[in-house]
Amino acid sequence: MNNVVLLPIIIPLIAGMIMIILRKNIRFQRAFSIFAILATGAVSVFLMTQIRTKGIQTLQLGGWQAPFGISMVADMFSALLLLTTSVVSFCCLLFAFHSIGKEREASYFYPMFLFLITGVNGSFLTGDLFNLYVCFEVMLISSYVLISLGGTKKQLRESVKYVLTNIVSSFLFLVAIAYLYAMTGTLNLAHLSVRIAEVGQDGLMTTVAILFLIVFSMKAALFLFFWLPGSYSAPPIAIAALFAGLLTKVGIYALFRMFTLVFYHEPQITHLIIGVLGGLTMLLGAIGAIAYWDIKKILTYNVMVGVGFIMAGLASFTPVAMTGSIYYLIHDMIIKALIFLIGGTMIHLTGTSKLKEISGLIGTHPYLGWMFFIAALSLSGIPPLSGFLGKVFITQGTFETEYYWLGAIGLITSLMVLFSIMKIFMNGFWGETYLSEDMEKGTTKGLMFPIGFLTVATIVLGVGAEGIIEYVNLATESLMNPKYYIEAVFQGNIMP
Amino acid sequence: MKKPNDVILHSVTKVAVVIILTFSIDLFFAGHHDPGGGFIGGLGFASALTLLFLSFNIEWVRENIPIDFKVVTASGVLIAVLTGLGSLIFDAPFLSQTFDYFNLPIFGKTELATAVIFDFGVALAVIGTAVTIILSIAEDR
Repeated sequence: MNNVVLLPIIIPLIAGMIMIILRKNIRFQRAFSIFAILATGAVSVFLMTQIRTKGIQTLQLGGWQAPFGISMVADMFSALLLLTTSVVSFCCLLFAFHSIGKEREASYFYPMFLFLITGVNGSFLTGDLFNLYVCFEVMLISSYVLISLGGTKKQLRESVKYVLTNIVSSFLFLVAIAYLYAMTGTLNLAHLSVRIAEVGQDGLMTTVAILFLIVFSMKAALFLFFWLPGSYSAPPIAIAALFAGLLTKVGIYALFRMFTLVFYHEPQITHLIIGVLGGLTMLLGAIGAIAYWDIKKILTYNVMVGVGFIMAGLASFTPVAMTGSIYYLIHDMIIKALIFLIGGTMIHLTGTSKLKEISGLIGTHPYLGWMFFIAALSLSGIPPLSGFLGKVFITQGTFETEYYWLGAIGLITSLMVLFSIMKIFMNGFWGETYLSEDMEKGTTKGLMFPIGFLTVATIVLGVGAEGIIEYVNLATESLMNPKYYIEAVFQGNIMP
Repeated sequence: MKKPNDVILHSVTKVAVVIILTFSIDLFFAGHHDPGGGFIGGLGFASALTLLFLSFNIEWVRENIPIDFKVVTASGVLIAVLTGLGSLIFDAPFLSQTFDYFNLPIFGKTELATAVIFDFGVALAVIGTAVTIILSIAEDR
């Protein structure tokens, strides 16, 4: 029993609720939301040290033992993602202070932001499949509000599509949960893992696994990404960056959890499908990123390439590849938020997202330009920045399991990503400066700090890999050995 | 504009609202051992308010019940979560509950449980949410 496990969910929830009561006081809301995010970050660091010394931490709500009660489980994988979530949301929040506008602030922007974090953290920590569904819904409903908040024409059009796709996938999620419950009689993830290991993963069970794969693919934008380019380019940039950094990653987390803890018996079917979908996602995403000349479009297609690449690691399902995937997932959350924030600042400055109408920004904004350059290198995996290690490990993993085609796709798409992101750099930052500072549509005042913070984070993640890899290895270990997770949840109690 | 003659509706509402409110409070307290509880009690309460909104007009009711129901929702969730957090002080898992018997002046031997406070939070959250939804649909012209 460890009540700290619950705090990353409770802190943002309470903070958000207090903000609804004190709706009028915007300055209080700003200060309090920053405080809540920082507190969550501190708790996740504390959790990480606890997990390192004492193993996986669990909490049975109300003292009801698993599988009867609801379990909360924090292993190193969850804790790492919690910390990254705090970093990303901290920066998006700071960015929002100067860019989101008074109307949105007065219409419950900060409470919704925190409820989104509640849902994301809840999904990372829950040890119960139905509770995972609930946390997904908390996150999605907040994201529905955030995506349509402001009510511009484009936002409303895209949010209708976004809501519809997510309702369909949530429906499928429920159906899949019902199937699984009918077949195993439990929804506790640890208990599910035990039961499925006992009876074996037969054809029907694999079919259910594939249904879960479809559901989470929709959320993670793995191949089923048709909804993503539109809906991520509609909301204001602070929100889009938050979505790019967090939302698809929760889907990825769920895929990792389900296919390492529960459905890991038939990797030649399920994990191969994941690999094929990952490969296709990488290719299509990279083609999209190259084809468009619109900053927002290029960036959203880059989100998909990242998703596909992380999934290549899960498909290989070796310790090396998993280490790479976890590392790359953390890197991806930071870097996607970073390039979205920088791209958003470019749009904010010039008032257009069309790359051909922007030129020579580096003349007036050298720091922004060079930080974008660092982000671009990191994104495409140039050493010593953070993208490199993940790419090496994942590629090594794919070669070990003889998925040569998957590794090859990963490397080719890396080049395509580099091309697409350099296209933004060369067109947007180089060239003739024909927009003098007083002609610009906005200022970078207050926007540079969050961008700088994330840039430092990606450099630290790359240069300081030595210190971080220890934690990543612990995460891999608990993912590759479901028995640790099960032991931590049941703690020697009799399993019914 | 001709004023609609809704004497019957008004008279019935005045009586029915009292009955519904009493019943919903009864449901709320029954919930500890029998079917009922904060959720259904809250819904009953919200339905009484809805009946008021329907038979008298919304502005009139809001003047007499000047509460922002979004705040009701938020305080409900806060109460529920904070009761859960209370168990942290006693070093018990989140959401642990306890109860005991007390001799109260009028009621005699009464069971008091911490779960009722949690349930009260749930009831407030349900009332707030239901009324907010109904009001925002009604005001959306």
